Amino acid sequence: MEHIISVLVENKFGVLARVAGLFSARGYNIESLSVAPTLDPTASMITIVTEGDDRIVEQIIKQLNKVVEVMKVIDLTEAAHLDRETALIKINTNTKLEHRDEAIRICDIFRAKIVDSSPTTYTIEVTGDVGKVEALINLLKPLGIKELIRTGRIAIGREAGKTAARREPQADKA
Amino acid sequence: MKKTGAEIFVESLKQEGVKVIFGIPGGVVLKIFDVLHQQKDIEVILTRHEQGAAHMAEGYAKATGKAGVALVTSGPGMTNIVTGLADAFMDSVPLVAFTGQVSTNLIGNDAFQEADNVGISRPCTKHNVLVKDVNDLARTIKEAFYIATTGRPGPVLVDIPKDVSINKADFKYPDKVNLRGYNPTYEGNKHQIKQAAEEIMKARKPVIYVGGGALFSDAADEILEFAELTQVPVTMTLMGLGSFPGTHPLSMGMLGMHGGYWSNMAMHHADLLIAVGARFDDRVTGKLSDFSPEARVIHIDIDPTSIKKNVHAHIPIVGDVRTVLRQLTVLLRSLDGNVNERRQQLRPWLHQIEEWKRVHPLRYHQDDKVIKPQYVIEKLFEITKNEGIVATDVGQHQMWAAQYFKGSRPRTFITSGGLGTMGFGFPAALGAQKAYPDKLVLCITSEGSFQMNLQELATAAVYKLPVKIVLLNNGFHGMVRQWQDLFYEGRYASSYLGKVPDFIKLADAYGIPGFRALKPAEVEPVIRESVKHKGPVLMDFHVDPFENCYPMIPAGGAQHEMVLEDPPELRKADKGGAAKKKADEGEGILPA
Ligand SMILES: Cc1ncc(C[n+]2csc(CCOP(=O)(O)OP(=O)(O)O)c2C)c(N)n1
Repeated sequence: MEHIISVLVENKFGVLARVAGLFSARGYNIESLSVAPTLDPTASMITIVTEGDDRIVEQIIKQLNKVVEVMKVIDLTEAAHLDRETALIKINTNTKLEHRDEAIRICDIFRAKIVDSSPTTYTIEVTGDVGKVEALINLLKPLGIKELIRTGRIAIGREAGKTAARREPQADKA
Repeated sequence: MKKTGAEIFVESLKQEGVKVIFGIPGGVVLKIFDVLHQQKDIEVILTRHEQGAAHMAEGYAKATGKAGVALVTSGPGMTNIVTGLADAFMDSVPLVAFTGQVSTNLIGNDAFQEADNVGISRPCTKHNVLVKDVNDLARTIKEAFYIATTGRPGPVLVDIPKDVSINKADFKYPDKVNLRGYNPTYEGNKHQIKQAAEEIMKARKPVIYVGGGALFSDAADEILEFAELTQVPVTMTLMGLGSFPGTHPLSMGMLGMHGGYWSNMAMHHADLLIAVGARFDDRVTGKLSDFSPEARVIHIDIDPTSIKKNVHAHIPIVGDVRTVLRQLTVLLRSLDGNVNERRQQLRPWLHQIEEWKRVHPLRYHQDDKVIKPQYVIEKLFEITKNEGIVATDVGQHQMWAAQYFKGSRPRTFITSGGLGTMGFGFPAALGAQKAYPDKLVLCITSEGSFQMNLQELATAAVYKLPVKIVLLNNGFHGMVRQWQDLFYEGRYASSYLGKVPDFIKLADAYGIPGFRALKPAEVEPVIRESVKHKGPVLMDFHVDPFENCYPMIPAGGAQHEMVLEDPPELRKADKGGAAKKKADEGEGILPA
């Protein structure tokens, strides 16, 4: 099963290596990883997406908690949460003329932005949950994707109670 | 007044109460050694190999419960201690290792004797740090000792670049640590403890299963009180030996791969396991799917990662073993009070265990021709009256020591459990001896393991560390030979060593006296003569090369399916006893 794990750590060198080492030592792949400082600049938040046996992921989470510089670990998979990622997609627009129009139409539907353009390419920026990003990528594929970069996911827990009133709980499950 | 990094280092260690450092100098740590040389509070033991330094620090730590300290140079100095770090990590030994590093401006340049010390040691340390600024040095040292000795103890490595040891800073040793991410839990959850007490009162076939965690938590008194109050029999892992008196009527001795038949049977048939600072290692559980099928499990451990890792815990209690046992005992006293009634309830169970013990006790047969290794250990136990400290190496001799040396006090049985490091025993014995110069320290070893760190004979001789080396010389990597006998049809692939070298002459070269016993009748006199001797001594016992260690749970076997003696088809590939002949002839420089 897929797990999204948030790890709050001291913003120091060597910490990321220790965290990543707990995965590699068990032969576990990290699907995606994002790290950035928090509001408190001496701390960083690491978001890790990994796929694996629940029992081993539980072990890894306990091990993460043991790392001296780790302050908090949350397996967001178990709780209501929002996750987002951003992708930059460079497509070819020189094979067929209609491709430039088609790209704009697709971007409109997905609320993606064209952030750079050259006579032969568009670079598109999209932000959303994995489902949305992947759907867009699939639609753009026939046009010819030249280059694709994804940030990996970041995730945040939802405030219980407050959110339920504003949105249906199912909305972000995808 | 500002101090250099090297001075800060030495002052900080004094503040930590460090009395001895084991190590070897080199270019980048010369400044530190120079400052150490000019003071008297901390003694430096110059070992002959950095691996020796690491194991000595471990032996010191295991014998005292205090952090052991090693100091080595960059590059090869550091890589030589990796085995010690890994060993300490597996066995939760509080070890603080200081490594030299090339100057900060050279790091990453493949400078002479540069190694990524922090990178190399990361997976085998509890914590490690590169100190990049002399202003951080004192704080880092404070944190290193704190982390190494609290919670589940473990090795911490502090990497000190050459310029950091030379640069100056104001020195004030911090009196507190401030680590946001590190708060070990000491007290057990009250609700869980109450549940545990209820289970204990209900159980009819309970077992207390004690691991090394009990020793580092100093819980021997609490375990004794708890066991006597509840009348529950106690079995110990290899690492837990000494936490409960081996001669106590409730003691079942060691369990696991070479544990007693009765203790493994008791585990298998138990209805309740009270795991105390133990981690359900595969050498203990045997085949997991057949492990203690009827047992409810109470698991007390300070390390949450140990709980539910291999075996499900019905009642997990995260906390310090000693604190939790005290909480539990107080509660049980208020519930129970009537020990006699409890005794009645558990009588059939204790009786059953006695019965298992009677049917399949530990046994060996000593004739008057060939010395049996078990006999040597029994005699040692008898003669030394269990007053000393035993350190072992790894192999058959280690298991026999665990079976027959029924130690009764904590921190007197020092061995490499988790990593199973051959070469650990002798330096560890030296470290323990350094901690307790007046105690009798025995190193029970065999020629395979001993040769992995025998260079430390020089350290023993120079520092007059009076360790008594008990060499159970069987001319084989005995434990390997046993597996080859049992699972490889007696093909002795690379397990025959021969009785090479002549260990008496070897010891003599270091100025250490040696005594040899070739016949059973010589065993006792050799032991008596050796323990009388003031300095280090080597005893060379030529023991039966083909004795096997039983009981044995074969790898992957279930805990109740023990092999109890040599199967009839043993040594199949040994046509005409060629191996035996070769071994008997000693194939080497020695007379048989
Ligand atoms: C450093 C290391 N290398 C290899 C092994 C594998 N091994 C386990 S026991 C053993 C043989 C031990 O022989 P010896 O020290 O002579 O003890 P004996 O079994 O004969 O008592 C070996 C090679 C090990 N445990 N440690």
